[in-house]
Amino acid sequence: MGLAESKPIWIARDYSRCSGCRRCEVACSLHHEGRIWPDASRVRIYMLVPGAEFPHLCSQCDDAPCIKSCPVSALTVSKYTGAIIVDDERCTGCGECVEACPGRIPFIHPTKGKAVICDLCNGDPQCVKVCHEGRWDALYLTSRTPMGNEYYHKKLYARRPEEIIKDFVVLIYGEYGEELI
Amino acid sequence: MRGYAGKFLEVDLSTGKIQTIKLSDDVLRTYIGGRGLAAKILWDRLGSKWDEVDPLGPENILLVLTGPLTGYYPGGRTCISGKSPQSNGIVGSTIAGEFGVELRCAGWDGIIITGRAAKPSYLFIFDSDVEIKSARHLWGKLGKETLRILLKEGRAELFKRKPRYGEWKNPDVLYIGPAGEKKSRIAVVNGKWSHAAGYGGYGGVMGSKNLKAIVAKGSGPLPEAYDPKRTAELLDKVCRDCMDNDAFRRWGTGYIGFDAGNRTSSEPVRNWQEEWHDKRTFAADRFEERVWIKRYWGDFGCPTTCYKVGMCKVGPFKGAIDDNPDYELQAYLGTNLGIFTPEENVYVASVMDDLGICGINGGNVLGFAGELYQRKILTRKDLGGISLKWGDAKAFAALAHKIARREGIGDVLAEGSYRAALKLGRKKRMDLTKYVVHGKAIACGAHGIRSHLDFPTDIAYACSVQGGDHTSVAQLPLEGANSELRTLLYDSGVFCWFNVFAVDEPIIWEFLEAVTGWGITKEEWYSRLAPSTINIQRAALLIGGPDLKWRPREDDENPPRFYEPLPSGPKKGEKIVWEKFDEMRREYYQALGWDERGIPKTETLKALGLADVDRVLREKLKEK
Ligand code: SF4
Ligand code: SF4
Ligand code: SF4
Repeated sequence: MGLAESKPIWIARDYSRCSGCRRCEVACSLHHEGRIWPDASRVRIYMLVPGAEFPHLCSQCDDAPCIKSCPVSALTVSKYTGAIIVDDERCTGCGECVEACPGRIPFIHPTKGKAVICDLCNGDPQCVKVCHEGRWDALYLTSRTPMGNEYYHKKLYARRPEEIIKDFVVLIYGEYGEELI
Repeated sequence: MRGYAGKFLEVDLSTGKIQTIKLSDDVLRTYIGGRGLAAKILWDRLGSKWDEVDPLGPENILLVLTGPLTGYYPGGRTCISGKSPQSNGIVGSTIAGEFGVELRCAGWDGIIITGRAAKPSYLFIFDSDVEIKSARHLWGKLGKETLRILLKEGRAELFKRKPRYGEWKNPDVLYIGPAGEKKSRIAVVNGKWSHAAGYGGYGGVMGSKNLKAIVAKGSGPLPEAYDPKRTAELLDKVCRDCMDNDAFRRWGTGYIGFDAGNRTSSEPVRNWQEEWHDKRTFAADRFEERVWIKRYWGDFGCPTTCYKVGMCKVGPFKGAIDDNPDYELQAYLGTNLGIFTPEENVYVASVMDDLGICGINGGNVLGFAGELYQRKILTRKDLGGISLKWGDAKAFAALAHKIARREGIGDVLAEGSYRAALKLGRKKRMDLTKYVVHGKAIACGAHGIRSHLDFPTDIAYACSVQGGDHTSVAQLPLEGANSELRTLLYDSGVFCWFNVFAVDEPIIWEFLEAVTGWGITKEEWYSRLAPSTINIQRAALLIGGPDLKWRPREDDENPPRFYEPLPSGPKKGEKIVWEKFDEMRREYYQALGWDERGIPKTETLKALGLADVDRVLREKLKEK
């Protein structure tokens, strides 16, 4: 799907289906960096407890606190996909967006020193593709309109890794989960 | 040079000196990485004094190596090596997980660890920053607890070093449990909950160096591939092929146990007294319904995700968490101990992993002890009050605890079944080695050879340069699908064997070419490159020492048990026929250019450019 036909989309996540294979990291970094580069991937797998790996990527919050926090207005919302777009020319790598994001999802690129946020691959998310190809479907595409946006509590996913793992590990390991954190 | 980071990290734990090492293109091209390079590095540094080097002494070298395909070929692994405390030779032992990828992204092809730290330590690697840190707070801790603390600590350290970066993912961790700390020869190097570099006994080597763990984080990309476009295409192709390999994907390697191991009549039962059982309790669905809490679990870039997370949610073993277990552990910590329920199997596996004992070599020792108890050679008193009855998961777990801590009988069993048999045999004035199923003091993989229905052949374990290792089996033809010359490529690459079954062989060679650009062909591999490594490994094994040496030919033998006819199952009565085995052994020696005693011929070694190996080997063998 090219830019012209794309419409606002959203990547839903089902943590319980994530295998921890990190093929999404491979696909994302190949697409954006031309290299396999796990630390520069826009989707990142956290393994705070083995067996409870989960993917973490931008939730495209409706109120986008990251955009508001940026002192140089480097962030905008793509009207085609709804993704948060970083203007590399403007971004100073100050890290305000990281602090403002309730999930601390943006990060500073390891070598370029600019903020990195998922851009939804211009409407054709590579991570979703490989995750689906593997039949894990931990990441899957949903429409942003009309129900998706209004009723989907997207901010549920814009939480810090520590917060996510607390609930998730109990879901997986039951009462023992908390001991493992 | 493409596909490599271009440098190795060398850490001398005795002096604290940390330096960067470079190896020539020629060495890397010949030995590739992982197991091949391990053989080369070990021989170059220790070859001339190999027989004197105590694997558990400070003079041994611990190697943690990657290969050019680690992270590129789906299912990246890390290879651990050194002089093996089990065989006194060289074993390339690989472990899954993200460690190898982190190391490469940190700019290192591998780590060479020498000496011995004065105090419990761990190594922290963050890109080019390397630090030896105190592990006093970790010493004595079980595996899960060690990992839990290090994941936390490692991440905190990253936040401290680069606070403006944002949220750090976790680094990856290799660690040992109490068994490694106690220099057990059956201790593993662990990763995650249940991943392990098992064969070789390198957990004991880590322990002997006072090294509890290695924590690594790399923020860079993988080393550049020679042909990135072709690499990406091949990656896609391999992943698609693997995705079709449904059996491993759906059931994990354990499906062999559910089905094939029993059908092929080659699964160890009660210390290999049988290789078949009629309780098909290990049927796949029983595991899935009773203990799986996650169906697909995998490591970096893996399309197969053959791991499953297993956990006992109810019953007496409530809280036990492990990988499903895989086939080897279902067999060695299940049927081999007379255990036939998923819960007990997961429980024993979780205990072994937490203690840092190898599921294969440890299961072999437990089975050996079980048989001695059955035969009343070991009594309850000998075992410190444990009634070691077949099928009693708690009893076997209790014995494992003794082994890990070297308590009572555990002290001798921590040496592995072969050495334990020698020691106990002297005490009991009996030949107990006949109950040990091993190749060069390394437990045979859980694939019996008597039925001739599984993949290892009559000479598989007897002639392998890695002893009983079931992933490196001696086999003819040398180019065969399971031959150790082939699997050496995966161990040197370093990537997972389970991602090659559904892939056409030429694709694998193309992959190597796309990443390295080295023009290595299949022909060159089988005629020159693979034999270089195999012959170094063979020479080291034959020299051995200091506590055990293998006689040429005589010790290229099957364990006595394999000459006993199978007492049950569809292949009842079958056994290894010595004359046939002897013939195959002779052919194998010939194919590799070894003499009738299995000693590499001078002309063979010289043709490979291994004249120094020839000189040392002849000198040392004369001394015997
Ligand atoms: S590709 Fe899917 S299953 Fe694999 S790590 Fe990413 S989100 Fe998880
Ligand atoms: S998840 Fe974070 S980065 Fe994404 S829109 Fe919300 S605040 Fe911005
Ligand atoms: S949608 Fe594209 S940019 Fe966003 S995480 Fe997935 S692959 Fe990366």
